Amino acid sequence: MNEMGAPKTYKLYVGGNFVRSESGRVYPVESADGSTVRVAQASRKDLRDAVVKARGAQPGWAGSTAYLRGQILYRVAEMLDGRRDQFVAELENGGVDTYDAVSEVDDAVSAWIYWAGWTDKLAQVIGGVNPVAGPFLNVSTPEPTGVVGVIAPPSRPLAGLADLLAPVLCGGNTAVVLASEPAPFAPLTFAEVLATADVPPGVANVLVGRTAELAPWLADHHDVDAMEISGVDDPALAVDLTVRSADNLKRVARTDGARTPRTDGEFLEIKTVWHPARL
Amino acid sequence: MTDLEPTSPASSSFPTSPDAPDAPDRRSPMSPALPSASEFASYAPAPESRSIVRIADEYGLWIGGDWSAAEGGATFTSIEPATGEALSLIAEASPADVDRAVVAARNAYDTTWRDLAPAVRGRYLFRIARLIQERSRELAVLESIDGGKPIRESRDVDVPLAAAHFFHYAGWADKLEWAMGAGANPRPLGVAAQIIPWNFPLLMAAWKLAPALACGNTVVLKPAETTPLTALVLAEIIAEAELPPGVVNIVTGGGATGAALSAHRGVDKVAFTGSTEVGRAIRRATAATGAKVTLELGGKSAHVIFEDAPLDQAVEGVVQGIWFNQGHVCCAGSRLLLQESIADEFLAKLRRRMELLRIGDPLDKNTDIGAINSQEQLDRIVELCAAGVDEGAEMVQSSCPLPDRGWFFPPTILTGVDTSSRVATEEIFGPVLSVMTFRTPDEAIAKANATPYGLAAGVWTENGARILWMSERLRAGVVWANTYNQFDPTSPFGGMRESGFGREGGRHGLGAYLDLDTAADDLVAGVAR
Repeated sequence: MNEMGAPKTYKLYVGGNFVRSESGRVYPVESADGSTVRVAQASRKDLRDAVVKARGAQPGWAGSTAYLRGQILYRVAEMLDGRRDQFVAELENGGVDTYDAVSEVDDAVSAWIYWAGWTDKLAQVIGGVNPVAGPFLNVSTPEPTGVVGVIAPPSRPLAGLADLLAPVLCGGNTAVVLASEPAPFAPLTFAEVLATADVPPGVANVLVGRTAELAPWLADHHDVDAMEISGVDDPALAVDLTVRSADNLKRVARTDGARTPRTDGEFLEIKTVWHPARL
Repeated sequence: MTDLEPTSPASSSFPTSPDAPDAPDRRSPMSPALPSASEFASYAPAPESRSIVRIADEYGLWIGGDWSAAEGGATFTSIEPATGEALSLIAEASPADVDRAVVAARNAYDTTWRDLAPAVRGRYLFRIARLIQERSRELAVLESIDGGKPIRESRDVDVPLAAAHFFHYAGWADKLEWAMGAGANPRPLGVAAQIIPWNFPLLMAAWKLAPALACGNTVVLKPAETTPLTALVLAEIIAEAELPPGVVNIVTGGGATGAALSAHRGVDKVAFTGSTEVGRAIRRATAATGAKVTLELGGKSAHVIFEDAPLDQAVEGVVQGIWFNQGHVCCAGSRLLLQESIADEFLAKLRRRMELLRIGDPLDKNTDIGAINSQEQLDRIVELCAAGVDEGAEMVQSSCPLPDRGWFFPPTILTGVDTSSRVATEEIFGPVLSVMTFRTPDEAIAKANATPYGLAAGVWTENGARILWMSERLRAGVVWANTYNQFDPTSPFGGMRESGFGREGGRHGLGAYLDLDTAADDLVAGVAR
């Protein structure tokens, strides 16, 4: 009996729950061992549900202390690192060779740690006091943009996702991620890391499916405030997403996950507060 | 507003000291009913002389350091809003003219400006700042003639702030490695297309040009159709400052000119200030060109007054918030949210204060409210006010007589406004204040944030913790606490949500004009992929 094992059903991660698509749809993914795995295929409704969860979670996540967000993002790195063998296997299943899989897990761990360290430094580095020519205290501080749609790259499904998602969460945004369509195993298993690292439900939602079908719906959605489209390879789709995003003036960013506070700045709004300083 | 005290020529200073006493209270408490505006305003006229300004019969396009006519000699007329009379014929740039300007800007970028020592770029900008100061009286008078704003505002706010912006960014030119995230080798983007509105013509030109030039970009600037004249004087100033030809090009025209410019393939950056509708169109048009975009768009900013606010000062703040520049201000405090317990008292004070505003000749130094910028804008204000009344609002207007020619609209308060009505949700861009009430801080936040915009907000309370609590929750790029409508070159300005993206002013304003992506690559070894 024991050697039969219990192969996992690959499900979406929405609002802290692992769910099949409400549509009941699945799509076939060839595993490296030759078997075909049926992976939950997100529908437009799943995507909308995820946006609702992300919106609901956003004030709480933004309102938690920067220190706590840093601790939680670091916990993600810990959970990921502790399960590295599993992730290497998931990546290999998705067609990555062992050497690259190991290095990709390293990269993903490193990205989560890097951004964990930024949470409580952004306000000092990006914000500041402005020396206005008048009797006022004038202070600029960064605030999260809100709900961010993240299109993760099809290749490097784990580290590419980390590079794009970690900075979004770092600044207090919540996210709906469209993870790698051809290699969904590692990202969907990564959702288990999110679930066990005390990332509050809804803060990061992970969907897979037909990216070219889902991404325009995300760009159209009026309760999404920004799009991270670094993972979009097709230039025509990138233009289409930018055009759609104009409707509610979403910020559209292509950061490639560069490790600079500028990347985080793409998902932050500068708020400037004036107050008289004269009795 | 009668006691305007600019704190310094460089500061924002439209108005007011926060501790300024409310004007009515300065009168004897025994004084009977207040005089009406016409009685109160029985001042001798104090018009600023027009003689300092020479308006040419015709203006061309400023391209490559020279004036030229538009293709086919197309022109349009700039009209004086206070009289309805024609001021000058202005060249209307065609797409071919826009192309000429972009080519001139590209040449200047490639051959001179990009490789100029940053400190030298800075020197040019310092010169421009000084020349604006030298010609400030002329610029102020011209601004009021062409745009209709009170001379007191163009003289004390627009022009000094424009000079201050050039002065501030002049100093940045050789310090760009300290710009946010720019890295050790900050690089400009290239050719910037800049499209500016009619409400602060010269000041918006300064907001756009100064950071772009400081960062090493060259520019094609399109002033608004109804207010091109000060930008054309700025062209003279730029020539006098001896900027290399083509570094700044100024093309006049209307929406079609702007559309051709913003969609031009030779443009690396588009910066636009104007309506949210046009902003959306620009975002779509630039999706395929790859130009970097910053947008400063509309607003419906909330002005929240708590019961523990210093009410007389708050009244002054509300007056500045909505009646500065006839309400032609993107960040105008156009939605007044009053805590229920003080709503009646506050409105009574506000109505009395409104009656003291003098409406009339923009060039008269006593004028508080000048002319509406155009017939089109006046029609829109009239239409929206009618819609407000139709939807159940009660309208109170100043009784101050309006001039018998030109485009004018009295200061207006709409009370009993429903949160979903048009006057509570649509930008009016005129001297019209929509008043609503709230009971709790949570309700104030819910109502204040119940618009797709997010440009500015005001909050008045003596409770410090409440100010911070409110400031954190108001979805707005600028929050004025116990003050309103303050501006400064060092202070980033710009919106959240559908009020656009990007910031103008200070260190944050540099980000819009630097190639930060490339700079970031330099900065970081561990870039993903």
